[in-house]
Amino acid sequence: MNVLLAGVLPPFTLNLWQDIQVILSYDFMRQALLAGTCLSIVAGLIGYFVVLRHQTFAGESLSDVAFTGALGGVVLGINPFLSLLVTTIAVALIMGGLGERLRGRDIAIGTVLAWVLGLGALFLSLFTTHVSGTGTGFSGVTILFGNILGTSPEQVRSIALISAGITLVLLLIARPLLFASLDPSVATARGVPVRALGLGFMVLLAITVSQATLAVGALLVFALLLLPAAIAYHIIHSPFAALILAAGLAVLFTWLGIAIGFYTGYPSSVCISLLAFVSYVVIVGGSSSIRQIFRMKILSM
Amino acid sequence: MLSVFADTPTFSWDLLADVQLLFHYRFMQNAYLAGTLVALAAGMIGYFMVLRNQSFAGHSLANVGFAGATGAVLFGIPSVIGLFIAGLLAAVGIQTLNSAARQTRQSDIAVGAILTASLALGFLFVHLSPAQYASNVYTVLFGNVLGISDADVTTIVWSTLVLIGVLLFMARPLFFASIDPDVAAAHGVPVRGLALAFLSLLALEVAIAVQIVGVLLIFSLLVTPAAIAQEVTTRPLVAVSVAMILALLFTWAGLLAGYILPYPVGFFISTFAFGTYVVVRGGRLIRAHNRHRSSATTTGNTL
Repeated sequence: MNVLLAGVLPPFTLNLWQDIQVILSYDFMRQALLAGTCLSIVAGLIGYFVVLRHQTFAGESLSDVAFTGALGGVVLGINPFLSLLVTTIAVALIMGGLGERLRGRDIAIGTVLAWVLGLGALFLSLFTTHVSGTGTGFSGVTILFGNILGTSPEQVRSIALISAGITLVLLLIARPLLFASLDPSVATARGVPVRALGLGFMVLLAITVSQATLAVGALLVFALLLLPAAIAYHIIHSPFAALILAAGLAVLFTWLGIAIGFYTGYPSSVCISLLAFVSYVVIVGGSSSIRQIFRMKILSM
Repeated sequence: MLSVFADTPTFSWDLLADVQLLFHYRFMQNAYLAGTLVALAAGMIGYFMVLRNQSFAGHSLANVGFAGATGAVLFGIPSVIGLFIAGLLAAVGIQTLNSAARQTRQSDIAVGAILTASLALGFLFVHLSPAQYASNVYTVLFGNVLGISDADVTTIVWSTLVLIGVLLFMARPLFFASIDPDVAAAHGVPVRGLALAFLSLLALEVAIAVQIVGVLLIFSLLVTPAAIAQEVTTRPLVAVSVAMILALLFTWAGLLAGYILPYPVGFFISTFAFGTYVVVRGGRLIRAHNRHRSSATTTGNTL
């Protein structure tokens, strides 16, 4: 797809307004930007809680689970989205049920993940032997790395609907969820249903990951989930400001990444992820070196 | 790969003949030799990984192998070297980001950030490589146990020996630093140096193992045997031995099953491992439940 585009595309000019108009004149770009924006907002918001609750590993695992679920659906002849949704929600509930204790949880997640990946290998081999001629492993690559420029209008519509729903639910439970994430024992004492909130959050995470994985691939989902939220968490202490910053950064990375991908011909998921990663490194590295300089100044005074 | 399986003889009840048939082929000998070495090293290093709560780091370093292998093809260097360089860079990156970040508990974020970057780079390398390479992605992700040459076996033997040697050499301080980092640091143990060395060893193991089980499934040899060992015993030496033996058994059984049935070896290895984990964990839960109930009835009787 990108090869096809490279020949037709107008070059990048310094007239930014005109560039934006050129980008928006393509149907697939409008759809990609729309889908990307919806997904980014949800991923930024959910991602902040993922970071806060130290569930990065769980989030990453769920996108791998989505990969296996989608392949399994194709092999067994079920609607891939349905099988993906059911698998991710089931695994998310198991992970949530493993409890809030960090130590045993990571090992259990890892063990489940290892097996799910093994299942993925089986499905992929079944898939490639059943559907010969598509090129071995190539569709697996598409699910892993996705193609945001290939989203169809129906996909955009369902992404927008699901994203709006998730955002609404998340905003409704934001306050108690924050409380339960920051201090579970005090929250329990105050009568906040910590366990139910944890399970509910895992279901939201599972729905987000599964709808996004089909549209943009597991790589991009995880990048948008983790990196903007990690930056926000690093900069701002106030939770609500950090939530807004995380969503804003996610949208910004997506727009810039899609635009860069548009002009350079590289896959946009790669552009978005690398852009987010470089920003994270610069911000974390920059702030820590600034802190060191401050400390040295204080010491020398 | 599948066509090779199609005309291999079927399983019979004459076990000796089966074993002879199994090792009749050179590629099966190589597969078993390489698999044994990889499994032993994985069981050992996996124990420390679980002990140090670095399952996520192990999973990520395995995925970093994807960028390493695809990058090696793109730049025309041997894949083991590419894998190891990528793993080393990732280990250093995780360590640096961890110390730069504000909180002490951010290790999962640093690991995740490195994972994202390496997946993106891996995909970029695939994108830049010649088109026919896309089909080889499957091999990188899930391994190709039948494609192990004699030269590969030599590489695997030497690097596994180095890996196990270094790990044995630093086992005691590493164990100390893993159990109680603060006390270890106070005793002058170089905790951060050990952490970096450990991540590098993990990267080396991944680089060795990718040929056999692939980047996605080396993780099941690392985490599951160690997780089972931790369920069974609390004594470190016993646990390491249990993890190594289990990893070995899963690998042998997986190779055998992959030889008889036309499905990927990695699937069998991870399924055997996960099945054992579920049985062991479930058994322990039931026993704990029974003990709880019997103690409840005895207290009831004494009252």
